[in-house]
Amino acid sequence: MSGTLKRTVQDAFDEPACATNRAKSATARKAGCAKPLTPGAAAGGCAFDGAMITLQPIVDVAHLVHAPLACGGNSWDNRGSASSGSMLYKTGFTTDLTELDIVMGRGERKLYRAIGEIVEAHAPPAVFVYATCVTAMTGDDIVAVCKAAAQAFATPVIPVEVPGFAGSKNLGCKLAGEMMFRHVIGTREPAHTTDTDINIIGDYNLSGELWQVKPLLDRLGIRILGSLSADARYRQVAQMHRARVTMLVCSHALQGLARKLEETYDIPYFEGSFYGISDTSAALRSLCALLVKRGASADLLDRCEALIAEEEAKVRAALEPYRARVTGKRVLLYTGGHKTWSIVSALQELGVEVVGTSVRKATDNDKARVIQVMGTEAHMYENMAPRDMYATLKASGADILMSGARSQFVALKARTAWIDVNQEKHEPYAGYMGMVDLVRAIDRSVNNPMWAQLHRPAPWETTRPAAPGLGAAEGADGPGAPQANDCASGQDRLAPGEPADTANPADPADPASDFEDC
Amino acid sequence: MARLIRPRRALSTNPLKSSAPLGAAMAYLGIEGAVPLLHGAQGCTAFAMVHMVRHFREAIPLQTTAMNEVSTILGGADQIEEAIANLKKKAAPKFIGIASTALTETSGDDIAGDLQDIRARRPDFDDVRLVYASTPDFEGALEDGWAKAVTAIVDALVPQAEPCRREVEQHQVNILPAAYLTPAEVEEIARLVRAFGLTPIMLPDLSTSLDGHLAEDWSGRSLGGTPLDIIPTMARSKATFAIGESMAEAATLLGDRGHMPVRVFPALTGLTAVDAFVSALMGLAGVTDAPAAIKRERARLQDAMLDAHFHTGGLRYAIAAEPDLAYALSTALESMGAEAVCCVTTSAANPIIDLIPADEATVGDLGDLEAGARAGGATLLIAHAHGRHVAAALGLPLLRAGFPINDRLGAQDACRVGYRGTRAFLFEVANAVLAQSHQPRPEAFGAAPISPEFEHDGPQIVPH
Repeated sequence: MSGTLKRTVQDAFDEPACATNRAKSATARKAGCAKPLTPGAAAGGCAFDGAMITLQPIVDVAHLVHAPLACGGNSWDNRGSASSGSMLYKTGFTTDLTELDIVMGRGERKLYRAIGEIVEAHAPPAVFVYATCVTAMTGDDIVAVCKAAAQAFATPVIPVEVPGFAGSKNLGCKLAGEMMFRHVIGTREPAHTTDTDINIIGDYNLSGELWQVKPLLDRLGIRILGSLSADARYRQVAQMHRARVTMLVCSHALQGLARKLEETYDIPYFEGSFYGISDTSAALRSLCALLVKRGASADLLDRCEALIAEEEAKVRAALEPYRARVTGKRVLLYTGGHKTWSIVSALQELGVEVVGTSVRKATDNDKARVIQVMGTEAHMYENMAPRDMYATLKASGADILMSGARSQFVALKARTAWIDVNQEKHEPYAGYMGMVDLVRAIDRSVNNPMWAQLHRPAPWETTRPAAPGLGAAEGADGPGAPQANDCASGQDRLAPGEPADTANPADPADPASDFEDC
Repeated sequence: MARLIRPRRALSTNPLKSSAPLGAAMAYLGIEGAVPLLHGAQGCTAFAMVHMVRHFREAIPLQTTAMNEVSTILGGADQIEEAIANLKKKAAPKFIGIASTALTETSGDDIAGDLQDIRARRPDFDDVRLVYASTPDFEGALEDGWAKAVTAIVDALVPQAEPCRREVEQHQVNILPAAYLTPAEVEEIARLVRAFGLTPIMLPDLSTSLDGHLAEDWSGRSLGGTPLDIIPTMARSKATFAIGESMAEAATLLGDRGHMPVRVFPALTGLTAVDAFVSALMGLAGVTDAPAAIKRERARLQDAMLDAHFHTGGLRYAIAAEPDLAYALSTALESMGAEAVCCVTTSAANPIIDLIPADEATVGDLGDLEAGARAGGATLLIAHAHGRHVAAALGLPLLRAGFPINDRLGAQDACRVGYRGTRAFLFEVANAVLAQSHQPRPEAFGAAPISPEFEHDGPQIVPH
């Protein structure tokens, strides 16, 4: 790792605005917050992956991965960030370095030419160049190449120096924010500004979640001037320094960027979430209060309250028909941390029982809130190996698992309903309307008649064989076959005498960590 | 036949290929009780795993040595040892297949040597079979990584038979399927072999590990695959058949280990190709007639060829696939009168490229597919799921074949080999053509449209 990168990493970890970091001793702070990865028991993406998560949703930029095939080739076109305009971000650009390129040291030249080919074919507002392990190791000076290319091709070419082996996905997210602060933010002035211009940082518009919230902002006359990086254009990153307020959407990783925007450009920020009813309302309130503090007209507060009252009443009415269908269902929540508690409280309002939640990335503050919401700390999980999760689910510890895609098959193989709540999800669950979509998804999943069939014993497993000669004439629901509902109630999933499988050793892969936002 | 083209440009736009370590990992998953281990940064594994999870819709037990910048400089032997120890503790695999990545190959790790040292110093690793293949990302593609892994498995686990005192299992035949063959295809090949009273040993065998079945327990290892204790007995088989040219090297090595005849079938799609395989099976079984079921399947394929040729004759299509798959599908389509106007492939290592029935085969990306399909006036695209962008851009139907297929269910059930599979493939192609319903218009022929004065003034009937 080069000296500059090392310093950047150190800075990224020493985040004065981060509560966890503040609570540490000086030495612990110096060590950073990266946990060493365990060979054979690690999972999740690398720093490069994190950088891509944060930056790739900028839709009109050409994202060029300077690497042998795997980094770009195995990962392009694999995320659900939606665009309302350019689709260039979905195009996978890579220098696809070959053995000869590496041995002959032709990486820099190839990169330069590749940038030229992109500009010629697509004329994007900017090209982002991602360094990777191999090109960091061979010592390609991508900063110099980007500088030369930017001049030669008259297009901003931004180096994203975040090689995978620098650390975790979370670190990659942090560094990506830092790269934007260094090279992009403040390089353009907006055509005009208003006193209700905001930045949204840390939302990626997965399946269009931003658009579930944007109608609310539209109605309040709030304009998204800067975005990192939900449905973002390059200009929206470049002119972030002119917004009045920054909303940091449930993201510890990009806190450093929000703080720097505040320190450098006097843009105050707050952390908020658009998941769940109460958090959505709270976020709108904070947003409006800060805007008014910065000079927006004071009637914004009243309009905000009126909007919240109207929308909350609407969403509660829309949820009511589902109450009978989801009441008493038991949910196990396994995600990266804090963003879903507002969902938890909304689900509890409907009679859904939350039997457990993970607190892997949560701070002490977060944990206190879990206790507040759940009433007890008995059901907080630090980390749950797939095998343990499988055993819990199979022994009917929950009716639904809400998690990221990595544990999808743990749930399904344990014959349990599963709802995707991480960045791979195909349905948006943000804002007030997203809550209805989420409850609808839970209903559709857990009340599907398929489960009853799935739990039916096979013909050769029934205890009393049909009388000879009757065969099929008896019908599937004859006296020999138990009623389908017997085993679908969730109480009887284990056959008598079959032990719950808890004794087995843990599985290496951490099920949740790979698919989360950082 | 096809002239190999390597475009001279720096940029790859929408890559076609998946990386070699991923191919190796997939092959390792066809072994019983396996956990593949990629020697690289954890991202190398995460990306590969996501790719496979989405394609197979299964939990994929793939692990990493989690290299960081320090271990990359100092060498990764300790990381490998620690990874094996942790895996043994947590998943108790019977088999760990190790594949290197661009990271560890660029830093120059001597992994084979490291493994030897590790084995010597860790007798507690004796109960797990360790196999290593060198698969840098910057060389070749998925198909090559798969082939190298199978060669490594043969090299490590099949003993050298003595030429003079060789015991031969008269009815046992080794089958080495190439990377492109789906679990359903592997199963179909095994069924064909069994139909002649022969016992196939499939290496690797995805048909039992990644076929998608609901198991009774959570293992953290592959859910099936070639049984480990059977692999050494492959040296006693009567013959070795490779399916796909990319498997020639592994087949030759296996043939040498057991002093047995080796034959490479470059494809099993299309009547001629399947006939060749069936003839070989008959020869091996020592019979001059085939079972009635097989005869009937062939007759049904013949009938399908008659029905489909109206739609495949003169069809201009563009294909982007790994060499073996591109060869298999394009030769079958050529025999049905279709023309490949553009062929894009992933790796120059496979000599079968020369025999692909197209003027040129470009080692390229999906950008090349789009340009070639447009220039050649293709009306059908054949590619993996990422080809959907080209299909949308050109407004053409996409027949999904290859890896990954992450936007449709049932990728593991696609079967285009054997008489039955070929029949299904021909229907698939013909239906893709038929689905483009085409309403003839007078303007298309240069005729003037009918005068509006003849039209009834009432509401127009919606065309169906």
